[in-house]
Amino acid sequence: MRLFLHELRAQQLLFWRNREAAFFSFLFPIILLVLLGSVYGDEPIEGIRAATYLLVGLLGYGIAATAFASLAITLVVRREQGLLKRVRGTPLPPATYLSAVIASMVVVIALQVVAQLLIGVYALDADWPAAPGSFAVGVLLGAAAFAALGVAVTALVSTAEGSSAVVNAIYLPMAFISGAFFSRQEMPAFLEAISDLLPLTYLLDLIRATFVDGEDLASSAGPLAAVAVWGLFGLVVAVRMFRWEPREGITGA
Amino acid sequence: MSAIEVAGLRKAYAGREVLHGISFELRTGEVLALLGPNGAGKTTTVEILEGYRRRDSGDVRVLGVDPESAGADFRARIGIVLQSSAVYQLLTVREIVALFAGYYAEPRRPAEVIELVGLAEKHDARVRTLSGGQLRRLDLALALVGDPELVFLDEPTTGFDPAARRQAWETIRDLRSLGKSVLLTTHYIEEAQRLADRVAILRAGELVGTGSPSELLSGHGAVEIRFRRNGEEVVIDTEEPTRVLHELTAQAVADGVELEGLQVHRRTLEDVYLELTREEAAE
Repeated sequence: MRLFLHELRAQQLLFWRNREAAFFSFLFPIILLVLLGSVYGDEPIEGIRAATYLLVGLLGYGIAATAFASLAITLVVRREQGLLKRVRGTPLPPATYLSAVIASMVVVIALQVVAQLLIGVYALDADWPAAPGSFAVGVLLGAAAFAALGVAVTALVSTAEGSSAVVNAIYLPMAFISGAFFSRQEMPAFLEAISDLLPLTYLLDLIRATFVDGEDLASSAGPLAAVAVWGLFGLVVAVRMFRWEPREGITGA
Repeated sequence: MSAIEVAGLRKAYAGREVLHGISFELRTGEVLALLGPNGAGKTTTVEILEGYRRRDSGDVRVLGVDPESAGADFRARIGIVLQSSAVYQLLTVREIVALFAGYYAEPRRPAEVIELVGLAEKHDARVRTLSGGQLRRLDLALALVGDPELVFLDEPTTGFDPAARRQAWETIRDLRSLGKSVLLTTHYIEEAQRLADRVAILRAGELVGTGSPSELLSGHGAVEIRFRRNGEEVVIDTEEPTRVLHELTAQAVADGVELEGLQVHRRTLEDVYLELTREEAAE
């Protein structure tokens, strides 16, 4: 536990010390929120006030962008620089490092969601979450699940240079298809079929149910379980496939 | 007890064997230099001993345990300087040394370690502002902060200017006087000669010579005498240069001839090293 807290503190320091990245991962979803808000105006979407609907979508998008995409890119860069290899040579257990990395993302997402809520509610006149407790649990679970998936996806990327291309190609289409920016009801059937498989679809369902409809966790057990299953899948892949060493150009030396 | 015992170590990458069954030991408290050209297998050997790589066969004991299956307890007792340095660029020297200190149950004081490697005046500098030599010293600090019994140094001074190299050598000598065991890889003969109690010369995955620098020299004729006779180069390797020279010169004086181009050269570790590693090219 001491090691976990030590590493969590270090991961927080590293995240906030990188001011540019921290600033933009907070700002970008908010910019999108303002832009989409000005496109949709006051017309309700799926019977929900546009500002509220879009805020919910962008909370979900922000979780995918920060906990999944930024984390994956950061970890690939650290791995290819040889930083993870060096950490692996210390007594810090690998599982402690990875769980601290995931926990650190949960902390970041908590702050990011609060910032987005404040701007959404006070600047764009969106509603407050109807069931704040359940909403908070959903957000934190989503953050942990997407961070686990972010750790897992690093196994697919072999170079630091390629990491943002690969990661963007995964999470941006996912955000569209899962309905982070507009209603899934306007999509062709095959996209809707794909979206039925994606974790962000269920995270958005979960956030929407607790935020808009004021449902408690028991009545949103379906999406809750789907997000948890995706998170566990990410965790299993992360534990089994995560690489600590850079891909070597030359072996044998 | 030995800090490292290696017997019959083999390793292949993609079917090509890079270590052909090497055996050596590192005695507790000694500095052993693994010397060899690039591609000889030095880093592969070291990374097997550090627990980063699996061996194909052979017996390996590091601090009494098999590094392949060893856990956190083992890594608490070793310190590693990898061939390439990588540290969090945005932290300060003090922050990163303190971060790594926190990974160990009984670390040394970060300030003391920073002082030891000569980075005291840089302790509040961001890592990304350090020069190459300073980064390498930071690497060393991170390897030492856990107060290890055994330190692995993989080419610790490659790319250093001569002054920085001398300073690094001082630090490594300090380690030895603290009773640490040190496994050093290098392709600088001078580095091996100055720092190592014993040298193991690795060539294309085989150990071609092991011993103290003076032992390595003695097996190969300590002194080389060269001159030309009738335009032909004569080379004599000898352990008894006084007697041989006396006989040669006495004969030459008696015959009334000059030993043309006479040279007497005490062989260095470099000569032995080049000889041992050159044979490979002929194979």
